[in-house]
Amino acid sequence: MASNRIIARLDVKGPNLVKGVQFEGLRKLGEPNKFARKYYAEGIDEIIYIDIVASLFGRNNLYSIVEDATRDIFVPITVGGGLRTVSDVAVALRSGADKVAINTAALLEPDLIGQVANQFGSQCMVLSLQAIRQGPGRWEALYNNGRERSGRDVVQWACEAAERGVGEILLTSVDNEGTGKGFDVELISAVNDAVSIPVVCGGGLGSSNHMIEVLRGVGCSAFSVASALHYETLSIAQLRDAALASGFELGHTSDICVSPE
Amino acid sequence: MSKVSIVDYGAGNLLSIRRAFEHCGAQVAFVSTSEAIEKAERLVLPGVGAFAHAKCQLAKRGLDTAIVDWSSKNRPLLGICLGMQLLVDCSEEFGNHNGLGLIPGRVVEIRKLDQSQRIPHIGWSALEGSGHEQSWFGTPLANTSEGASVYFVHSFVAFTDDNAHILATTDYNGISITAAIRKSNVFGFQFHPEKSGPVGLEMIRTFLAGE
Repeated sequence: MASNRIIARLDVKGPNLVKGVQFEGLRKLGEPNKFARKYYAEGIDEIIYIDIVASLFGRNNLYSIVEDATRDIFVPITVGGGLRTVSDVAVALRSGADKVAINTAALLEPDLIGQVANQFGSQCMVLSLQAIRQGPGRWEALYNNGRERSGRDVVQWACEAAERGVGEILLTSVDNEGTGKGFDVELISAVNDAVSIPVVCGGGLGSSNHMIEVLRGVGCSAFSVASALHYETLSIAQLRDAALASGFELGHTSDICVSPE
Repeated sequence: MSKVSIVDYGAGNLLSIRRAFEHCGAQVAFVSTSEAIEKAERLVLPGVGAFAHAKCQLAKRGLDTAIVDWSSKNRPLLGICLGMQLLVDCSEEFGNHNGLGLIPGRVVEIRKLDQSQRIPHIGWSALEGSGHEQSWFGTPLANTSEGASVYFVHSFVAFTDDNAHILATTDYNGISITAAIRKSNVFGFQFHPEKSGPVGLEMIRTFLAGE
């Protein structure tokens, strides 16, 4: 049984790891790779770096951070924020990213998805989907790091993107993000049921119960976690143990003792 | 210092592979000509993306013939992910395409095995021995324990004609996925050892130490 994934999401502004909380603004937490290395040592499955001010500057500025990370972090790395063209993607991948997460550019120019997937493979083309609730069972996709409304229905957009060649969806609930009050289970369910590609859900994890609720009820198999890890509310080991206690495999272990032969 | 040559043919995350091999103490060279391949002590064939495109990239530079010729020297060759799939006879991805034919077998779509599975298969999964006399001793898995987890991301699976060439498998929601294959000095990993943390790095070290 493939283990469920736990992925650390690092929002980066300039040289700093930051975390935003609804209505509170941004808090600087320190050097991104210090956190990334810690999570790698603790057995994180993957790491996502998002440049949250890339749209303002018109480009992604994470390349040196990612290049540095690849020296001693050997798990999959996803890079996002301000990636606009196939050429941007090429640079990101050359810097050490295994996957790229694209939101704004895909919404504004959906053909980009196919171009990236054809050149580099679907497995590296992750759709970053920021969803804000509009009403019961309805969500709208936001872009420019949550600053603009696209008018696109989230489920419809997820389906279209999957058809165009996206290999994975990184789904974030803008309403729940940074609040620690739990995931938007209805949102995750709606998107997960609509596509047959993996969905990574994020936004709102505050306790291991939130994760178990999704594992039990939705069958979504990957979680993106930011605040809970950065503020040490929860550890990777705690999440893994809690999942196991409820009968779910989460994460991986790194025992490398010699096999008995 | 162990020397390793990594085939650069425009299909793969070369920086990750280089970093991982260097971290394990290797002297890494990227090779993109048949002359350079000929001189290699150990060869790694990476690969990400589509089979047909990758095979075409190899063929147009004569690298496919170079790799096949080199493999008869009985030196260690490791194919990773798409690189493993290229080792077998053929793939049905986007039509029917020939691989390098170093290990008899074929590549099929996971969806053909089970329509209900999410594709790509992405995530960490535990390695299982193939259950018969093919042990991990003398292979890059010699220092890996059964049940160790490694990172997979793929939509196609390679099946070998001869079960004796299957080194390891993994379970994906009830489907048996070929995780590692081997014929003599030719090895293939469907998963990414360079992205599988300490477990993967240990496999790389063992590959580098092998003869």
